[in-house]
Amino acid sequence: MADKYVGRRVKRTEDPRLIKGLAHYVDDIKLPDTLHVAFVRSIYAHARINNVDVSEALNVPGVVAVYTGKDVADKVGPVPCASALPDLKVPDHRVLAKDKVYFVGHPIAAVVATDRYAARDAVDLVMVDYDDLPAVVDVEQAAAGSTVIHESFGDNIAYKMSSGEGDIEAALSSADKVIKQRILHRRLAPIAMEPRGVLARYYPGEEELTVWSSTQIPHLLRTQLALMIGIPENKLRVITPEVGGGFGSKLNVYPEEALLGWISMQLGKPVKWIETRRENIQATIHGRGQVGDIEIACKNDGTLLGLRYNVIADLGAYHQLLTPAIPTLTGLMLSGAYKIPAIQINITACFTNKMATDAYRGAGRPEATYVVERALDLVAAELGVDPAEVRRKNFPAANEFPFHTATGLDYDSGDYEAALNKAQQIVDYKTLREEQKRLRAEGRLIGVGVSTYVEICALGPSQAMPAGGWESATVRIEPTGKVTILTGASPHGQGQETSFAQIAADELGVDLNDVTVIHGDTGVVQYGIGTFGSRATAVGGTAVLVAIQKLKAKASKIAAHILQTDATRLSFEGGKYSLEKAAASAAGASEPVVPVGEAPAAALPEPETNGRTSLTIQEIALAAHLAKELPPDTEPGLSATYFFEPKNFTFPFGTHIVVVEVDRETGDIKFLRYVAVDDCGKVINPMLVDGQLHGGICQSIGQAMYEEVVYDEQGQLVSGTLMDYALPRASHVPNFELDRTETPSPVNPLGIKGVGEAGTIGATPAIVGAIVDALSPFGVKHLDMPIKPETIWKAINTSH
Amino acid sequence: MKKAINVTVNGVGHNDEVEPRMLLVHYLRDVLGLTGTHVGCETSLCGACTVLLDGQAVKSCTMFSVQADGASVKTIEGFASNGDLHPVQEGFWERHGLQCGYCTPGMIVSAAQLLDRNANPSREEICHGLEGNLCRCTGYQHIIEAVEYAAKKAAG
Repeated sequence: MADKYVGRRVKRTEDPRLIKGLAHYVDDIKLPDTLHVAFVRSIYAHARINNVDVSEALNVPGVVAVYTGKDVADKVGPVPCASALPDLKVPDHRVLAKDKVYFVGHPIAAVVATDRYAARDAVDLVMVDYDDLPAVVDVEQAAAGSTVIHESFGDNIAYKMSSGEGDIEAALSSADKVIKQRILHRRLAPIAMEPRGVLARYYPGEEELTVWSSTQIPHLLRTQLALMIGIPENKLRVITPEVGGGFGSKLNVYPEEALLGWISMQLGKPVKWIETRRENIQATIHGRGQVGDIEIACKNDGTLLGLRYNVIADLGAYHQLLTPAIPTLTGLMLSGAYKIPAIQINITACFTNKMATDAYRGAGRPEATYVVERALDLVAAELGVDPAEVRRKNFPAANEFPFHTATGLDYDSGDYEAALNKAQQIVDYKTLREEQKRLRAEGRLIGVGVSTYVEICALGPSQAMPAGGWESATVRIEPTGKVTILTGASPHGQGQETSFAQIAADELGVDLNDVTVIHGDTGVVQYGIGTFGSRATAVGGTAVLVAIQKLKAKASKIAAHILQTDATRLSFEGGKYSLEKAAASAAGASEPVVPVGEAPAAALPEPETNGRTSLTIQEIALAAHLAKELPPDTEPGLSATYFFEPKNFTFPFGTHIVVVEVDRETGDIKFLRYVAVDDCGKVINPMLVDGQLHGGICQSIGQAMYEEVVYDEQGQLVSGTLMDYALPRASHVPNFELDRTETPSPVNPLGIKGVGEAGTIGATPAIVGAIVDALSPFGVKHLDMPIKPETIWKAINTSH
Repeated sequence: MKKAINVTVNGVGHNDEVEPRMLLVHYLRDVLGLTGTHVGCETSLCGACTVLLDGQAVKSCTMFSVQADGASVKTIEGFASNGDLHPVQEGFWERHGLQCGYCTPGMIVSAAQLLDRNANPSREEICHGLEGNLCRCTGYQHIIEAVEYAAKKAAG
């Protein structure tokens, strides 16, 4: 029998089509007579619309229609927000602006034309008469509220919320030290390399609408679009073809998706819109966007007593699907990897004249980890102890799990010290610190950053999720023995076509290449939740595993019936059900009997049964489809479906240690080492896990050193193209040295914790910590991201 | 007013009438149906649209198809021959040099040109050679290893 697939660096089965340029993203799907849509978008951050004149645009050759906010106001329902928080203010978010615009990029009109160039020409001829209004850009001023964005609310505060356990006031007043720090989490743009795109085709005869969209959540999108457009959900099919990255930005329901569907129904033709990068930075959700004040209380020996985080969250102008929920996730993870008896978060979430913030890789948890890890560094600096030791002192021990936090969570399993020890060993921490001292004496600015993070993954139990936290799988074996998996998860680069096939190939004892994983088509796949929150493998992979177990329970009954034995006397190995040895000799069977006679040419072959002592899973599949030799009361066919509901989240963790050198003349930051020891529980494919970590850490490098969505004081988007929004390139990243510890999660039978967001959560504070450490000889204790050469220069030259 | 152009793409000659403002990438994708070349930024910064024009890597989103008149273009679809992957394609598969795959065709084209110019590049030279291509998924490490794999493979 072949080696097991699970745990091996199996090459991805999805790659051949991608490396040959033969894959199909939305814009690669060409339907005859497709019309192209381009949007007129607001050039103001805040303005009243007096009039939208489309007459000139309609004269452009090729233009078929122009739709404005007035045209669709009572036709297409509002853009949904799935977060239900007490007293949450929810603005009426229409797919096109009608009377007011609230951010630069706010869609005002949709132009439909026979080709994309004509549509774009006509956009410039739509005359919008605006009265511009003062823009609310700074989130702290938004909270103060001299200008109110959504007038009927009376102020700009969408909600206020406090949470946490323990007596924070007592912790703060009784502590030996209370350290305070203001920190900024800048707005980031997710920048999936494939911008969003939608193709919609209405079939008037069948009264069916198909929407191809670059999304992470095909089924949730179908439900929401059905409600928005007013088409029965069972007449709407959402297909996610190849999706070129998401990072949370496609975990949403956008105005354009509903509008395109509706326009196709009006015109009876396929319509397509492909987002430009400029639109992507204006009108696809942003991430982060918090201004916070940390207070951390500790004893002189470094024991943590309490943490308070007062935060103003910049939600933007409207709620997208999960906008208000993101800051609450920050609150959940404020205990980090530590015992902190009292924790409190006080959230003031505000509207501003900007694009909505929502889930960007990590979604509220990177903010929490950054807060806690920066706080621990501040404690270490204040007490004059090593940052690794302050962390070690406050870890829960491996035998204290499940570990209850003062944020109300129960961490599933962990051994935080093991990961820290391993990372310290890899960098030879003691020598590293001595070397740092020596080089510092020579005037070189060497910094070491440590982050011992924990994250919340495998989202999650349905009780804690707005729209279901389970995942689904159907596994079937076709008459020819090929295995088909339908997963409700909707991977878009994570590699589940391979990793789910690895699980199935091992469980069924078949060749990996005989397994096909189908996803992202609501017309084919049973309802599912989607891929986000590091959940696809932990939750969706478990659904695959249990579906296979169900399928095998049936297969073994069929095998027992054909082999005329009891299912308990069969063993399954190498893809075969066999009579156990003793049972086989008792039955007196020896060699398989070769069937006599010829089968009719067109018929399916008869399964070989008589006198056999074993049956392959493929033979059972055929027998199940022919249905001539089934046990009584057994349904024909061989497939099983399972919806897996996890009982808890999972909590991956790890230690990242970063060594940097800062050039005091140029402010340039050079990585000398990047060591990451991550624990994501059991691993299906180590190569894919490495890839997730590399990519996540790279996005952290972007956040720490380069990226920031900048609006000026009028609310104009200054970082509106990739010329102005700086993403890390190949030369900006160090050589990552990865290692792992493996603490299985008890939450799912595979023991998987998840890894999709670990890099973006664990890395940022380690990088910032290293840079701050490098500048500590200048008295620097904290720097806000992104830390650019200019930041360094200022830090060095203002602290003297 | 359309203009006649003659372009050889992946060894096949094409005569077409195009609007003078039609971008080369739209000619390849929409007229010829070669959708392996992607658009990621429209400002020549991401490199997803990279193709070879007379052997030189160019960003097909920032040139007009009329500028390719008389030229020979190689797109990602032209890299595998007779079912055999190009060494760079093989490297990307072997070393997990891609996740979502959107930047991949441009990366492969740029990496192939990089290896044409320097058969045995250092890590720094690979990073420099890929400066014009953005990837948001991989963190580049596996891409760099993919190029190293291809260099070794090509050297036999």
